[in-house]
Amino acid sequence: MKKKSFLSRVADAPYLLWMILFIVAPMLFVIYFAFTDRNGGFTFENITSLSSYSGTFVMSLSFSLIATVICLLIGYPLAYCMAKASKKARNILLVLLMLPMWISLLIRTYSLMALLDNGGLVSSLLVKMGLPKLTFIGTEGAVILGMIYDFLPYMVLPIYTSLVKLDVRYAEAAQDLGCNGPKTLFRVILPLTMPGVVSGVTMVFVPSISTFYISQKLGGGSFDLIGDTIERQFQNAVTYHTGAAISLVMMILILLSLFVMNRFADKEEIIV
Amino acid sequence: MNKNVLIRLGGISKSYDGEVVLDNIDLTIHDKEFITLLGPSGCGKTTTLRIIGGFETPDAGDVYFEDKRINDLPPYKRQVNTVFQRYALFPHLNVFDNVAFGLRVNKTPDAEIREKVKEMLELVNLKGFERRKVNTLSGGQQQRVAIARALVNRPKVLLLDEPLAALDYKLRKDMQVELKNIQHKTGITFIFVTHDQEEALSMSDTVVVMSKGKIQQIGTPTDIYNEPVNAFVADFIGESNILDGVMPEDVKVKFAGQTFVCVDGGFDKNEPVDVVIRPEDVDVVKPEAGMLVGLVTGVTFKGDYYEIIVDVKGFKWMLETSDFVGEGETIGLSIDPDAIHVMKKSEYSGLFGDYSSFSDELDKLSDATEEVEAE
Ligand SMILES: Nc1ncnc2c1ncn2[C@@H]1O[C@H](COP(=O)(O)OP(=O)(O)O)[C@@H](O)[C@H]1O
Ligand SMILES: [Mg+2]
Repeated sequence: MKKKSFLSRVADAPYLLWMILFIVAPMLFVIYFAFTDRNGGFTFENITSLSSYSGTFVMSLSFSLIATVICLLIGYPLAYCMAKASKKARNILLVLLMLPMWISLLIRTYSLMALLDNGGLVSSLLVKMGLPKLTFIGTEGAVILGMIYDFLPYMVLPIYTSLVKLDVRYAEAAQDLGCNGPKTLFRVILPLTMPGVVSGVTMVFVPSISTFYISQKLGGGSFDLIGDTIERQFQNAVTYHTGAAISLVMMILILLSLFVMNRFADKEEIIV
Repeated sequence: MNKNVLIRLGGISKSYDGEVVLDNIDLTIHDKEFITLLGPSGCGKTTTLRIIGGFETPDAGDVYFEDKRINDLPPYKRQVNTVFQRYALFPHLNVFDNVAFGLRVNKTPDAEIREKVKEMLELVNLKGFERRKVNTLSGGQQQRVAIARALVNRPKVLLLDEPLAALDYKLRKDMQVELKNIQHKTGITFIFVTHDQEEALSMSDTVVVMSKGKIQQIGTPTDIYNEPVNAFVADFIGESNILDGVMPEDVKVKFAGQTFVCVDGGFDKNEPVDVVIRPEDVDVVKPEAGMLVGLVTGVTFKGDYYEIIVDVKGFKWMLETSDFVGEGETIGLSIDPDAIHVMKKSEYSGLFGDYSSFSDELDKLSDATEEVEAE
């Protein structure tokens, strides 16, 4: 017994080391920088000075909220159709959904940009058809579309999984008790797949609120999101402290929202 | 029991992937009847129930409800409610909300919902459980919630798919009585599914014995037990000794090398038949007084009687006797004419009714696997 636990401890060691090196240590650095000034003295100033970024916070929050809601509105029906499809169709749809996830987000964003660019493919097609050319890049819509395009699969997958795992007997029981299709969906299927919805929302909301390249590439530089701000601060040694403070606040905000969402899911007390 | 026909199945057939699961089922169900579909696991009981509930469509044949064809009516429009095999209570709702589910869907006023749910929970002995989460309930309690959830909608028909299979023996017995009471009080037609013959006989007005997707026999519990139509029914319902015989003439039957007087007739001259004799219908007598003589090869104490295996010319009989007989003893068998039941030969002839490979352990093992499958 003892030998085995020693062995397993040895086996755990690399992961532990990894976590300390790449998760705990950077966090400590973030906290350290957030509460120190240029000379290394303790200060709250970095945090208090953040009020000047409140506009950026609000914009990031609203962009990512809109993207998350639209992802949910597209993602749930999509996941539902996939779960209802025949086994063969289901597997094809699943591969189609996962395929983009195997390509770097950066490359996907670039390709979307090439497609939608003011002189890009879609635009020139429109012009050929005698329609006005597209001026989409540089709008709020483009940034939000980028978020949706990049993160939609992360909404669909967890919802799809919870739908597939859901026992058909619950839906049958609902029909037995008088529910037609829509009533079955809203009274039974939706509440019982809430855990999938919560993880989908989390997996879209978190990367959306902290993204920087989407806004840079598709926003044409006109939208400065929180991610962009943090990135800029860290490109200059002098502003590390502000960058760390913003990151810390972001982290706390995200943790808080995760906590709230998980409480929401817990309340349902779902056993699948 | 009132004689209005409520549901009629006409020539129902159903296959899955080319495998015939239901083969030309004809069945009439009357108002206020307690009818039981009985048969071994996999014989098509659940499929029949699902066709009545509207969850499956038959490949051929029609389903009539009060003389209207309802093949294409979706489940939510049928005046039928189901107690599912493993209850399928909604895990996101408490007991009250589970029971109130159907009423809410039908937009019943709140006050009326409270009234009806209360009444229903009293009926199933679950007063005070309103706020409990369904996954904190015992199997028996969940089962009652499932019954209340279905009955509160006052369906014309309640479908119950092996509702007692997951309960332990004692609770199962209690629930059998309780279900029967509930059926009496509510006057709702019950279509009950079980693979337990004892349960079927003790609860039902009508028993439908099924095997391999076909109905073997429909009748009252007494009819089914006393007048089984073939070797399958005789073997499945209770214990039976089933012997090869011939009918030389009416009320005469030849088996075990001798001719006996019986009460059956209407067969061709010298027609080969199956002869059923129940273990409790044979009298154990002194060898010299017996119509047949055999050697006792096994004795099992059963509480109020002994179950013995007797070898008569190579065929092993099962008998019940209240007097002890020892293994290795020679005994006589005496059989009254009305203890002999003669049946036509069927595809099941020769498959059942000989106790030469019989052992209690085997019987229990096969029961246990059946219950696991039923899960
Ligand atoms: N949806 C299905 N797909 C394929 N085969 C099925 C399906 N439902 C039932 N069967 C098969 O039909 C047969 C009868 O099943 P069922 O009606 O559930 O039997 P029972 O309830 O009497 O145990 C079984 O062999 C089962 O495997
Ligand atoms: Mg079944």
